[in-house]
Amino acid sequence: MTDAVREITYRDAVREAIREALLADPRVFLMGEDVGRYGGCYAVTKGLLDEFGPERIRDTPLSESAFVGAGIGAALGGMRPIVEIMTVNFSLLALDQIVNNAATIRHMSGGQFSVPLVIRMATGAGRQLAAQHSHSLEGWYAHIPGLKVVTPATLDDARFMLTAALADPNPVLIFEHVMLYNRSGVLPPDTRPVDIHSAIVRRPGKDVTVVTYGGTLFKTLDAAAELAKDGIEAEVIDLRVLRPLDAETVLASVTKTRRAVIVDEGWRSGSLSAEISARIMEGAFWELDAPVGRVCSAEVPIPYPHHLEEAALPQAAAIVAAAKATMSG
Amino acid sequence: MNDSHAQKPHLSREHLLALLRAMVRIRRFEEKCAELYQQEKIRGFLHLYIGEEAIAVGAMQALSPADAVVATYREHGHALARGVSLDAVMAEMYGKAEGCSRGRGGSMHLFDASTRFYGGNAIVGGGLPLAVGLALAEKMNKRDGVAACFFGEGAVAEGEFHECLNLAELWRLPVLFVCENNLYAMGTRLERSESQPDIHIKAQSYNVPAEVVDGMDVVAVEAATRRVCTAIRGGSGPALLECRTYRFRAHSMFDPQLYRDKAEVEEWKHRDPIDRLSSWMRETGVLHDSDLTAIEAEVAAEIEHSVAFAESGHWELVAELTHDVYAAAGAR
Repeated sequence: MTDAVREITYRDAVREAIREALLADPRVFLMGEDVGRYGGCYAVTKGLLDEFGPERIRDTPLSESAFVGAGIGAALGGMRPIVEIMTVNFSLLALDQIVNNAATIRHMSGGQFSVPLVIRMATGAGRQLAAQHSHSLEGWYAHIPGLKVVTPATLDDARFMLTAALADPNPVLIFEHVMLYNRSGVLPPDTRPVDIHSAIVRRPGKDVTVVTYGGTLFKTLDAAAELAKDGIEAEVIDLRVLRPLDAETVLASVTKTRRAVIVDEGWRSGSLSAEISARIMEGAFWELDAPVGRVCSAEVPIPYPHHLEEAALPQAAAIVAAAKATMSG
Repeated sequence: MNDSHAQKPHLSREHLLALLRAMVRIRRFEEKCAELYQQEKIRGFLHLYIGEEAIAVGAMQALSPADAVVATYREHGHALARGVSLDAVMAEMYGKAEGCSRGRGGSMHLFDASTRFYGGNAIVGGGLPLAVGLALAEKMNKRDGVAACFFGEGAVAEGEFHECLNLAELWRLPVLFVCENNLYAMGTRLERSESQPDIHIKAQSYNVPAEVVDGMDVVAVEAATRRVCTAIRGGSGPALLECRTYRFRAHSMFDPQLYRDKAEVEEWKHRDPIDRLSSWMRETGVLHDSDLTAIEAEVAAEIEHSVAFAESGHWELVAELTHDVYAAAGAR
């Protein structure tokens, strides 16, 4: 851990974050399906059982509602649970607990109780896992008052968002895109706290704002590099946090570039991309030189074959085309 | 209150009078609520516990202030028996800011941190996972607290019941599951929704010790709860009590009760838990007419006070509507 510069994967970064939290606070524990002996379905929690034991690394039965609800109850009882759900599709089995309990108890109890709970789950497509393991439903959760929704895309955020989430007295949902786990890079050794309330400009530019988050950040950065070859400087905004939404950062950028494209792996209809678009209409309509563009997943259940899955998802070429379309007016 | 860790109830005159008083207090409180509902002072849904008071009152005797309680949307009795301020519960019924949930929850969502009363849950079965988690926190903190969870027999059809019994037993968590089997899930009789209507048998299939208790007998409920709580505190894992009872009133104030015979209701009323205890106390010479008169007078005065308290309470400012959607940083 003393290396000045070291290369790690997103998976390692999440694991280090969990390990650090377990070491720092005896109230923190992890529970979920196959987080212990198996090491996590995406191998994020490998080795933690050996280090921390079965009291704090708890394998659960396949009972999403019970163990998510138990996380809420344990948080009410003074613990700081980290609950892992294998994939966002499975979280639907715990929707009652997340939406009816975790999100409501603070307000409904008149501020007497809070739920300092972290729920981590995998989201998104790209691994040919078909229509029950590949969806991007984080936008749904971002609809719910009482929840916080974060989408770490970079190694930094994978490594440090958990700390901020555990320090927050509210239920925080962390969405880890499945295509990010193997991404690797260099993480300096000094701990840098990150917040869970602001968006960030990942690439500055003056011609068009491209807003995205999570798994599509790197496709968007690739598209921005492509656009640069044609002399178009795209400003890429990583939302990082879907609720509360940092509209100010988006509006400041759009006010500068006068053009906006939103890239969202969720479906277009009733989506987070629709919300961002509406915020731009409300806050920067008179600044726009072109209609807001959107690149979203095709409105189909994500299919299994590679070529169809790729066709269903936002890709760099489509992002480039959408950005250029805003320039053509 | 008796020592909550004692295994048997002390059937002293004083204790029996306390049980009787607690049940009468809930009964009269709810009768007043029904009246206030007709006057439109109380709105929304109102689910009365009348007929089932022996369960909340009996079970709470075995719990200590350090234990946690999770209840359902028919929870006025649980809140009052647990010690939540009657004034604050009445103010909550009105939706006033002096209510135990600041008026935001109403009848179905009574909360009180000072008595570890975690609601008031209006999703059938939705409170069970919370109790499992509260019990997990007790166990992980090496405390000997119990998480008591009250729910109706309707919740037994929900997946959460099965998931929670399994998880609580698997992890040997200190959960007291109290099933208030009043035979009807809203209008659906138990036999019409369960292939196995003996609920304690379902619990046993998860290796959770379970027994049937006469839910119309407050002393029987107290005795059973004390016995199982002693075991739970000793590390035996969860237990389930199936308390057989009956709701004398409609499911809510909108229910014409087309699904059950009046004769059945009348028959159960002969087992009224208040009459039953008071008759037995009279027979054994520990209850005098003057005792009952005194209890009724005290309770009436307390309820009258609560109505005045609620009437004089204030409405939360609209400017505070969005307060506490989120806890501020550093909040507990």
